[in-house]
Amino acid sequence: MTGGISKRIYRIQFALLSPEEIRKMSQVKVITADTYDDDGYPIERGLMDLHMGVIEPGLKCATCGGKVDECPGHFGHIELAMPVVHVGFIKEIKTLLDATCKSCGRIKLTEDEIKSYSEKFSQYSFSSSDPEIIGLMSKKVTDEASTRMVCPHCGTQQIKIILDKPTTFREEGIKVTPKEIRERLERIPDDDLQFFGLNHEVARPEWMVLTVLPVPPINVRPSITLETGERSEDDLTHKLVDIIRISQRLRESRDNGSPQLIIEDLWDLLQFHVTTYFDNQTAGIPPARHRSGRALKTLVQRLKGKEGRFRSNLSGKRVNFSARTVISPEPFLSINEVGVPEKAARELTVPVTVNIFNIDHVREIVARGPEPRDEFDKYLAGVNYIIRPDGRRIKLTAQNAEENAKRVEPGWVVERQLTEGDIVLFNRQPSLHRMSMMGHTVRILSGQTFRFNLAVCTPYNADFDGDEMNLHIVQKEEARAEARIIMKVQEQIMSPRFGGPIIGGIHDHITAMFLLTHGNPLYSEAQTVHMLSYLKLDKMPPVEIVNGKKFYRGRDIFSVILPDGLNLKFSSKLCSSAKEKCEFEDDPLDKEVYIVNGNMTHGTIDEAAVGSFSGEIIDKIFRKYGSEAAAQFIDRMTRLGVGFISGRGFSTGINDYDIPESAIARIEEISQQAIERTDKLVETYRAGQLQPAPGRSVEDTLEIEILSTTGSVRDESGKIASAFLGLSNPSVIMARSGARAKMLNISEVAGMVGQQSVRGGRLNRGYYGRTLPHFKTEDIGAMARGFVKSSYKEGLNPLEYFMHSIGGREGLVDIAVRTSRSGYMQRRLINAFEDLKVDDSLRVQDTVGAVIQFKYGEDGVDPTRSNKGETVDVDYIAFDLENQEEVQ
Amino acid sequence: MKKVGKFNVLQHDLVPEHHVVPKKDEDKVLSEIGIARDLLPKISRSDPAIKALEEIHGPLESGTIIKIIRKSPTVGYSVYYRAISSEVFK
Repeated sequence: MTGGISKRIYRIQFALLSPEEIRKMSQVKVITADTYDDDGYPIERGLMDLHMGVIEPGLKCATCGGKVDECPGHFGHIELAMPVVHVGFIKEIKTLLDATCKSCGRIKLTEDEIKSYSEKFSQYSFSSSDPEIIGLMSKKVTDEASTRMVCPHCGTQQIKIILDKPTTFREEGIKVTPKEIRERLERIPDDDLQFFGLNHEVARPEWMVLTVLPVPPINVRPSITLETGERSEDDLTHKLVDIIRISQRLRESRDNGSPQLIIEDLWDLLQFHVTTYFDNQTAGIPPARHRSGRALKTLVQRLKGKEGRFRSNLSGKRVNFSARTVISPEPFLSINEVGVPEKAARELTVPVTVNIFNIDHVREIVARGPEPRDEFDKYLAGVNYIIRPDGRRIKLTAQNAEENAKRVEPGWVVERQLTEGDIVLFNRQPSLHRMSMMGHTVRILSGQTFRFNLAVCTPYNADFDGDEMNLHIVQKEEARAEARIIMKVQEQIMSPRFGGPIIGGIHDHITAMFLLTHGNPLYSEAQTVHMLSYLKLDKMPPVEIVNGKKFYRGRDIFSVILPDGLNLKFSSKLCSSAKEKCEFEDDPLDKEVYIVNGNMTHGTIDEAAVGSFSGEIIDKIFRKYGSEAAAQFIDRMTRLGVGFISGRGFSTGINDYDIPESAIARIEEISQQAIERTDKLVETYRAGQLQPAPGRSVEDTLEIEILSTTGSVRDESGKIASAFLGLSNPSVIMARSGARAKMLNISEVAGMVGQQSVRGGRLNRGYYGRTLPHFKTEDIGAMARGFVKSSYKEGLNPLEYFMHSIGGREGLVDIAVRTSRSGYMQRRLINAFEDLKVDDSLRVQDTVGAVIQFKYGEDGVDPTRSNKGETVDVDYIAFDLENQEEVQ
Repeated sequence: MKKVGKFNVLQHDLVPEHHVVPKKDEDKVLSEIGIARDLLPKISRSDPAIKALEEIHGPLESGTIIKIIRKSPTVGYSVYYRAISSEVFK
């Protein structure tokens, strides 16, 4: 790269522009409100005067002689016919007018006060002290001066000045003109200005009332030529046209002695235009609009807010060497890989600096041209551009490739197209944590989408319903090294949030592992070979001969993907959610997972073993064998899962929720009972006999009682329904293994949907005293307040359907509100923490070196390396050692 | 001495222990944690805990080091140091 640091900012001073200064930096006094003449040539002394820079190729700047990209632009100026106040300084002008005498201009403090205060102020210099402290002191002093109604210096009686927002000042209802304001500000002596926090050398208060307006360079407000040949001016230019026109009319009216009323009207109009030129969203005045009705984007609008210069263009920039497209799944890729479409790979390049070691190789690639393919028509990386040491870029074409290959010398840079094995960064917005941007190695694939392993959906929070993701090509050796060593997917398996794996099997992977290992079933040789054909392996699992045929055990097949020497003991998810008795409680083989020396002997593999967020096996492999082994395990596990489930098949349908007539009748019966019980509770309440629970009103008690009645009836119906749905039911398999959904969802389908709620209570909004006109007012029975006794399978009646929609809508609204709020909270946190760092002594410091925490997290433990938050897992280490001895 | 009926914040359960580090020990503490005094985290003179300490020790000057012992979910008890500052934090 050329260039370096040529200048360093030593300090910044904030000051006001004086009229002289504006005139001095101006290259042209703009007097004409027009822009271009009929030939399309800029009018002299107009708003597009060539002295203010050029935007058209071919023309030269009249000030510096530079062409389009050379001339930085120069300011012009407009002499305003009458002074107007600057909206940005309204507050300051108000304080100045309030705290000074209207006739002598001195600050309304006695000599003694001035003496004692100036001593205090002299301790703080403008250049080196905290502006906040000066501001605070100044506020105190000026507040005191403002309350004085008689000037201590000249004895003039003061009149209170009222600010009529946004820009008018009034004294007892009579308008104070900007001219008068400027005169008063001029009277304030230099020595008194320190009390306002103003440095009189660079900021005289009368400069806050404008007599001259700087005109920004044309580069700042370029006009665009439409396809029709029509010129369209920038919003700022439009505003400046308005200002010049009104200023001219005002000058004419004043000079030919028009009535005062007309002059005042024009003056107000000028004030309006200048105000909206600065800020078109000033409270109290209507925003200036374009002919089309669109509000103009003036100076403040350019800078402010999310789409403003700061947040949109300075904090966030668009980048080269990146690509964006739709994502889709590809289970045959490793978690460390990303599939890149050929079309993208041809555009994305990596710069290769030619040296004596790689010159032969580089020449070979260059000779291939921009779109090479091998003899099987497979993608080969080509070259798009060659950069000579003098910075000239040569576009490589099929014609000039051979010739350019010979010209390449050490020191040249060749922009090589993406090739398999390149490291790239892959990202999905919103980037909420560091796992939202990870390093992947490239695989070039046909098609139009980016593809990756399904296990990586979790950290990106991606699905394939149309999600798009971004790809960035790392351009430097150092960056590539960092990406490989710290950003690669396998290095991000452990979450810094809870010290467990965030990458693991999802959905079908878990279902497959569950079916494979639960009850340790036997699989025929054909089945086994099918599923193992998805893996690279060197030995088959142990065989079992039944009736002269070869069979393999599910757990033995699973053990194939476990690393040798792994010892592990944990409980599967299977029974963890069962509140009372678990149906597998007396069969410890299915619940407790035992892995000794890489062989699984007992238990069931489910979410707790291989799932994302929980995967015990992934966690232990990562800790014991490192990131590469963990990545390999996930790769093989997901492949085995896909192989298994594609051979077996797995699906669910509505008749999976069939339960016997007797059970349906039973559920109907208990729901009827619940409705009756609710009615009885309401009756007791109406009779005034309901005993309030401690600390609650009678009404609250009633609601709680009813909620618990309807709640328990739903649980009850769920139990009745799921008694008929065992582990042979696909939905139950998914729920129990943790692959997808909960048992609750199944009981909603087969049993009963149950009570709908808004804000934790029963539905109670709508019409006066009732949710729908189908009920009597003041009916607070079960059905009138959102109790749904039907199941999804049976279908909801219209009333139930409506109630259910209310409950569902609350969920949607909640999500919408939550995301925006947490997004803003996150933004504030990131801004607060962005430059804190942990040093070698584990101390957390800011950029100045001020300490935030003496030891990171008080214990100095990196949560990523911790064992689910704990420093060490002694029990596991003991178990591991114990079993190692056994093996030896 | 403590005024009658005035509540001492330091005795509240949720307020961590605040101790004044004696003048003679200050250098020792600073070298132990290896930090210059002006880089220490600050505590406002107007902090209720400082006001409560001043009831016991008399007026405390700016820069006095306060040792704070907090209950911590990760290490049980953690020690933190702050220097008194005359700034008022908003």
